[in-house]
Parts: sequence; structure tokens; C-alpha cells
Amino acid sequence: MKSRLTFLQTIVVCFALCSLAVGQDVASFEKRTTVKKLANGLTIVICERPEAPVFSFFTHVDAGSVQDPMGKTGLAHMFEHMAFKGTDTIGTRDYAGEKVALAKVEEAYAAYIAERDKPVNRDEQKLKQLEQTWKDAIAAADKFSAPYNNEFGKIVEGEGGEGMNAFTDYDETGYFYSFPINRLELWAYLESERFLHPAMRQFYKERNVVIEERRMRTDSDPQGRLSEQFTEEAFAAHPYHRPTIGWISDLNSFSATDAQTFFDKYYVPSNMVVAVVGDVKASEAMPVVEKYFSRIPARPKPDTATTTEPAQNSERTVVLHEQSQPFYLEGYHRPDYRSPDNEIYDAIADLMSNGRTSRLYRALVRDKQIASDAAGFTGYPGSKYPHLFAFYALPIPGHKPQEMGDAIHAEIERLKKEDISDEELKMIKTRAKANLIRSLGSNEGLALALGLYQSRYDDWRELFRSVDRIEKVTKADIRRVANQTFTPDNRTVGIIEFAGGPPGAGAGPQGGGQ
Amino acid sequence: MKRALFSFFALVVLVGFFSGNLQLWAQAQATSQQPWQQIPIPKLPTFHPPQPKRIELPNGMVVFLQEDHELPTIDGTARIRGGERSVPPNKTGLTDVYGEVWRTGGTKSQTGDQLDDYLEQRAAKVETGGGIDSTTVSWSCLKEDFDDVFRVFEDVLKNPEFRAGKIEIAQKGMYDGISRRNDDPEQIAGREAAKLVYGANNPYARVAEYATVAAITRQDLVQWHDDHVHPNNIILGVVGDFDSAAMEAKLRAAFASWPKGPVARKDEPQAQFKPDPAKPGYYQADKTDVNQSNILMVALGITRRNPDYFAVSVFNEAFGGGFSSRLFNEIRTSKGLAYAAGGGVGAGWDHPGMLRLMVGTKSKTTIESIQALDEEIADLAKRPINDEEIKRAKDAILNSFVFRFDSPAKVLQEKMAYEFYGYPLDFLENFQKGIEGVTKEDVARVAAKYIHREQMAVVVVGNVSEFDKPLPSLGTVNKLDITIPAPPPGLVPGQGEHP
Repeated sequence: MKSRLTFLQTIVVCFALCSLAVGQDVASFEKRTTVKKLANGLTIVICERPEAPVFSFFTHVDAGSVQDPMGKTGLAHMFEHMAFKGTDTIGTRDYAGEKVALAKVEEAYAAYIAERDKPVNRDEQKLKQLEQTWKDAIAAADKFSAPYNNEFGKIVEGEGGEGMNAFTDYDETGYFYSFPINRLELWAYLESERFLHPAMRQFYKERNVVIEERRMRTDSDPQGRLSEQFTEEAFAAHPYHRPTIGWISDLNSFSATDAQTFFDKYYVPSNMVVAVVGDVKASEAMPVVEKYFSRIPARPKPDTATTTEPAQNSERTVVLHEQSQPFYLEGYHRPDYRSPDNEIYDAIADLMSNGRTSRLYRALVRDKQIASDAAGFTGYPGSKYPHLFAFYALPIPGHKPQEMGDAIHAEIERLKKEDISDEELKMIKTRAKANLIRSLGSNEGLALALGLYQSRYDDWRELFRSVDRIEKVTKADIRRVANQTFTPDNRTVGIIEFAGGPPGAGAGPQGGGQ
Repeated sequence: MKRALFSFFALVVLVGFFSGNLQLWAQAQATSQQPWQQIPIPKLPTFHPPQPKRIELPNGMVVFLQEDHELPTIDGTARIRGGERSVPPNKTGLTDVYGEVWRTGGTKSQTGDQLDDYLEQRAAKVETGGGIDSTTVSWSCLKEDFDDVFRVFEDVLKNPEFRAGKIEIAQKGMYDGISRRNDDPEQIAGREAAKLVYGANNPYARVAEYATVAAITRQDLVQWHDDHVHPNNIILGVVGDFDSAAMEAKLRAAFASWPKGPVARKDEPQAQFKPDPAKPGYYQADKTDVNQSNILMVALGITRRNPDYFAVSVFNEAFGGGFSSRLFNEIRTSKGLAYAAGGGVGAGWDHPGMLRLMVGTKSKTTIESIQALDEEIADLAKRPINDEEIKRAKDAILNSFVFRFDSPAKVLQEKMAYEFYGYPLDFLENFQKGIEGVTKEDVARVAAKYIHREQMAVVVVGNVSEFDKPLPSLGTVNKLDITIPAPPPGLVPGQGEHP
């Protein structure tokens, strides 16, 4: 559980904090960081950090759930799962035979879906037969791979791989793990093979795994349910309104062919950055990495045009009546990460939320004593496109979500009407510098940050340069941005109201102990 | 009690779900060399991680100094013997409140709010916390602010004030956590499983209630501090950009004259630990607002002192660890029943950990998944972990061994843990040898010794009416009462009136 949250925090922290930075270190990183754009368009970043004989990598693919095709939400994340299923040589007994068998699965599945989704005149008998044909085809294809289940992961783990995982968010997909340094060449082979010859095997079983993931993260978690509904409400036009994990009907419909098509379109070298950090010398490592990754053929960069979210012109509200304790969330539209005001939003998030001196902690937790936790943060649900600056609060027993909203709004009004103090402004800037320094002490964290910044800005140095921007933030900037952003018409509110416990539950603080 | 955090699960989705640090296992290896096997793997360069300097002051305080000059920061943690397991049952939650108010309540000369302002202006932290067997005070600062921040650390350590207003805030936070504890099915399953394994009133399982939190007074916190915070109960570890000789001089100046106090009882863990496991069988909690069941099969685990620890580690890797484990391969990959599937025999430092096998599956495959787990357990005897699986598991542990000490801070943490629990300081080196020596027979032996399906309690938290079959079709089912006991008369959790 924790690892999942922590990871997201890493990303949020990266935007909220790493984007605030310190100049003096650019020079040191300049000396030990090398970037090379390969002929096929793929970018390699190598950063030397010879602290221990290990390295970490981060493969950043500039495609996330925003790129999911209409009616196929969840597909970017589904492909991420498939990237652990091996290749034409890893995870199969005989790929030539398996390929034929997999093609039959797709054929049978297409026939089954065509019948299943007929608007009229569906033949139930035929549907059953088609389903059976599809399942038989799966069983036949599995014979090629079943003895080699998870072979890719087994190789990585057996060779000493640490922390192997991947994530998909709205904006991008990332793959990562760490290896002892003597496996650098093995890694370059494995990671490039993975995106050179991915095999869409065991797709429909993995789809069930993903559906279980949806049940865990969204369906069976009240805050997950709220987050999905809230995000859908806040965005009317931009694909941010769709869940990364996917709607259940889409998950029950898309095919391995769809996943392959998604891969072909978006996993092109010019859309990928691979960052390597650890006990490497760029002069020795770059040729090795280049040798393997340059095998991926160049393909045209995909069209990534999306609808721009129109201005919101009235407040929207989502209320869930749940048997769980209350919760309050609200968000305001703001421009994307390239906005000249980006660091001003970061400064506001820091001021409102960071630690026990933060304004929301002091107002809601310390002074009013109506919440157990309250914060504001930016980058919801992503940051590559115009997104939300959000606030949340957890009411303590006896207090209502609306009190949270009122208290948050009072703090927002203060931000609009009064300049923040000299001490607060200095605190924000000092903290930005210190947080950047602290983020530089791990291979994993650095690989993620360098890969992300290289991809987002086409220059990893932006990780450090943004310090200049935070240094320049003024009190007037904060008032200006607060006034233009935090208006009632630009607001979406998400609330969990306690609606009573399940049958038979005893009395509790909100009237129901469950 | 940790504050509930807003979960962003719907925003970021990961491929893997791994509980704890158990990792994985194995399968048929192709007889012919695969392309990946032709890639040369040079010898890993010899690596001698920097070892911290251990100093014992005459008053019994143990100090570890670990230099790390990569970044201009200095961090430290003092770990003090004694924790929640020694708290009287009617004050359960005391070290949580103590761990918060120790810092927020300020010191004799400074309020907590003043400390907040002072530290945040330096982007520094001094934080306190309470745990099951110890409490901590730690700091984190830029090197240039060390003297300023260390002064606060020392003041908090020695002269806390536990101001009443902050006790109330901490208690309200606890009440909030209590009120929310049935909102997350995974949390319910974990909490109830611990009660079944250790006994509901065992210090390793019991949970804070409105009444036990309300019963905590300022005097309890003051008394706890007086009883425990003495140099001879403290292990202090410091890591960062400093010169050890200079740092040692500073620490001696700060702490050498601090007089010894009563020793925290060494027999505490044994005296407090009398497991009272529930009867094996099925334990069900109905949760009508979910569509996935959390299934946990649990029993008592082992300690790391157990000579079987190495074989158990290899077994865990092979049976329920990461991508290569049997549970992951069978229940997740082959059957598609779960996103989260795994587990193993937990090993505690000074008390038995918990054997824990878990699956999260949709309501209508609840019984099917329990049976799938049963099958994997039964299979251990019929189809013991084989050579290939053993090799993969040992390789995974040994080849990734370097990640246990790839930073000076990790080395320091390990050594502090060994010191705290009385393990030899070269435990890690011996662990490597221990794993290397594990054989297939060892693994089969520990599997037979510790994995007894008929002795396990099976916790199922889910939407009972949607199950594929009624749980009683598998055996006797006990209903878990997860109702949160009402606050004591006169207590309104959000108002701060305490009896």
C-alpha cells in the first residue's frame, strides 16, 4: 500500500519540489551527466553517481491514459502490464507457433465481440459457441507460454533486479528497476528487447488482473470512487475526465490487437527517454546502451493533439453518499506545466500544505480543530495539460465536509487579499533549495527526475533551472495567481457524506460505527 | 495511529503489488542458451561499504557516526528503548499520542509552534514518534544549520513540556483514525488477522479505542518520558557531511554529563509476548460497499534468530514473493484471479512475525480463490519447491544483496537495528553465508514445519451476499464483530471534552 502512495508522491514531489531548485549543483551535474539523441530519435541520459556498484534506470514513454482511444480507456495501462509478458525469445517455447495461435485468439475474440455487441438480433446460442471458441484458442496459445510464465520478471529478479515495477498515469508511462552494475549490458539488452519485440501473450488473463486492480483501487475504496467521479466532473472535454485504470465496459472489450496498435503508435523511439544513474562512466556505458537501443526502428512521432478544456463557467459538485467517513476535495483549473506561472503554483502549494507551519494545518488542524489533515496540491490529475490545483481535508468526527470547504475558502481569501509575510516567502525558497538537494541522493529518484525533465522540457537542466524561477516569485505573484485561479466559477467540489453504516452496525461518532 | 491519507489510487496504477520485502521465484529454464544468457556478466567489483564508527559513552548511550559527504546535509535519529507493547491495555495508543505531542507540545522554553517556525525557516525537521518497542527523536538539516538544529533536538530530547492543548489535538487525530478504520477493507483484514494470530489483547494486535485514548493524560506522557529517556536506553545514529572526530566531540559535550537512569526492562518482549491464537477456521467480516474480497490466511511466524531464518527466506522468495513466486504465477498470472497475491512466513526481530498469505479477488471468485490458495499449499508436499526454483530464489536474494548496503544511511540503519535488538553487528554478512548454504531439503523441511493449512485462521473481508458460494461450505465460519466501540459517556470525539 505504502509503496503505491509513495510512488505517486514522488511524482507530485518532483513537480512541487524538484521544480524548485538550486543553481550551484547544475555545474556538478553538468560534468557527470551526458545526453545523447540516437539516430532513431530515442534519448539516452546517463548520470554518473559512483556511490556503490549499482545503477537504476527509468524508461519514460511520453504516452499515458490521455492517449487511450475512445471506447478503450485503460489501454495505456494495459500495455504497461503487457510489457512484463516477455518477447519473441523470452517467455515462449516456440514463438513461430505461438504467433499463429495468438492470431487465432484475436480472430475468435473479434467474432465473439461482434456478436456480443450486436444492438439487435443477438444469437445467444451462437454467442456461447463463439465464447467457447475464443477460450479454446486461448488455451491452445497458452501451451506455448505457460511453462514460461513471467519469464521476463524471473530473469530480472534472478539476476538481482531490485524494485522492478512500472506505472501509468494520465501523462506518461514509466518503467524502472535497479541492478548491480555488472548487469548493465544485460539490462540494455532486456529493456530494449522489451520494446523491440513485445509479445501480446496471455492478454485476456492479464486483463482480468487489471480489472482486479480496478476493484482494489477504485470500486472498493470510497476515496477511489470519489476521485474517479470528481475528476470526471471537473473535466468536460479533455481526456483527463477518464480514469487511467479504465471504465469497466472498456476493460471488458478491448483486445490484444488494440494493445499492439497502441504500442505501435506511441512506443516510438522519439517518444521515449531512457535515464541511467549509478556507478557508470558515460564514455563506457553510452556505447553499450546505444548498441542495444538503436536497434529499435525509427517511426513517426504520433499525433498527440487533444481537446483543450474550455473555461469552466459555474461551480460543479459531486456528492457520494457512503457508509464511510466524510471527506472533502475541491479543485480549480490552472494552466499546464509550461506556464510561466508554474512555479507560483508550486509556491502556493508549499505555503498552504508543507508541514506544521502551513496555513491549512494551522487553520484547520491546529486552530479550528475541525480536520485531522488538510492540504493543497497541484498536478491533479496530471500536469502535462491544463489541470487542477486541488485542496482536500479530512473532517474529524462531528464535523461536516462543508465546514472544510468554508475553512479552506477563508484561507484562500486571505491569500487573495493579503500579501504573504517575508518569513513565509523566505521559507518557501529555502525549502525549495533544501528539497532539491535531498532529492539528489538516490539513483532511483534521480533517474526518474532526469528522465521526466528531459522528456517534458527536452533538457534535464530544467530540474535545476526552475530554482531561478522560484527564487523570482513575489508576494504580488501569489496574490495575482490566487485571484485569477481560486474563483467559485472555476471550482469543482467532491464530497463523501456519511450516509449511515451498513445494516446492524452499532452507533459511532457519525451515527454509525461501521 | 497514522493519519488517513487521501488515496490517489485512481490516478497512478502500477503493474506490481508486493507486500513487505518478500520477493520472488522460478521456472523451467530452457535447456539451450537463450540470447540473454550469452551476454557477459563481469565480476561485480569488490565493494566495502563504509562502516559507521560505534562509540559507547560512559553513561551507556551508544552512538554510531556514519560520514557521507555526497550532499551537504546531516541527519540523526535517537532510538529509545520501550514502546507501545509496555503500555497498560487501558491506555492503548499512549505512544502514538506521546510520539506526536513530544514534538508538538514543545519544550520548557519554546512552544511547539515556535519550534515549527524556527525549524521551517531553515528547511529543517526535528520529529518524534512512537512505535511498538521504542520511541524516536530525529532531525534532518542542511550542514550549515547543524548547530541551530541540534540544539532543538537536544532540547526536545531532554526537556519536553507536553502542553495540554497539543494533547487534545493528538487525541482528536486518533479519534479520527478510529472512526475511519473500517473504511478500507485491506486495513480491516490486516487488523483482524493480527488479533487472530496473537490474541485480541496481545500488544502486537490490540488497537486504540476512543476510551483508551481518552484515558491518556498529560501525566502519563510526562511519566513515560521520565521512565524511558535516559542515555543508557538510547542509541543515536548520525549520518551526513561531517567529520567524525569533530562530531564525536560535540556529542560528548552534549551528552557525556547526562546521568544514567533506570534501565528499560530487557525482558519486556518475552514478558509481554504471550500469544493467544484463535482457533483455526474461517473468520468473516461483511462489507456491503465493496466488490472485492480480501482473503488472508494467517498463523504465527518466526524470529530472525531462528536457525531456519535463511531457509525460510528462500522459501518465501520461491512461494510468495515477486514476479517469479508460485502464488503470483498461479493465482495471478495463470488463473487471473487477483492483482494482489503473495505472502510468506514473517520473521520478527524479537518476537514471532506473522505467517501471511493473501489474495484480493472479486466477490464471485472468493471461494474459488481460497481453494486456489489451498491447492498451492497442498502442492508444497506433492510438488516440493524444485532445484530450479531454489536456484532462482537464492540468486534473487544473493544477486540483489548489494542493495542492502548501497548507501551509508542503509548501513547505519542496519547496524542500529542489530544494536537495538542485540544481534551481532556482522549479522548481514552472516545472512549472505546462511542463504548460500540453503539446500532444497532445507526448504522442503521448513515448508513442512511452518506451513500447516489446518492451523491457519482464514480472514475474509468482503461483500458476503455476492460470494460464489457461501463461506460455510468450506468449514465453520465465525463472524467478526468489527463494530467500533462507542466513545465513553461524556466524550464527544470532535469536541475535545475528556472525562
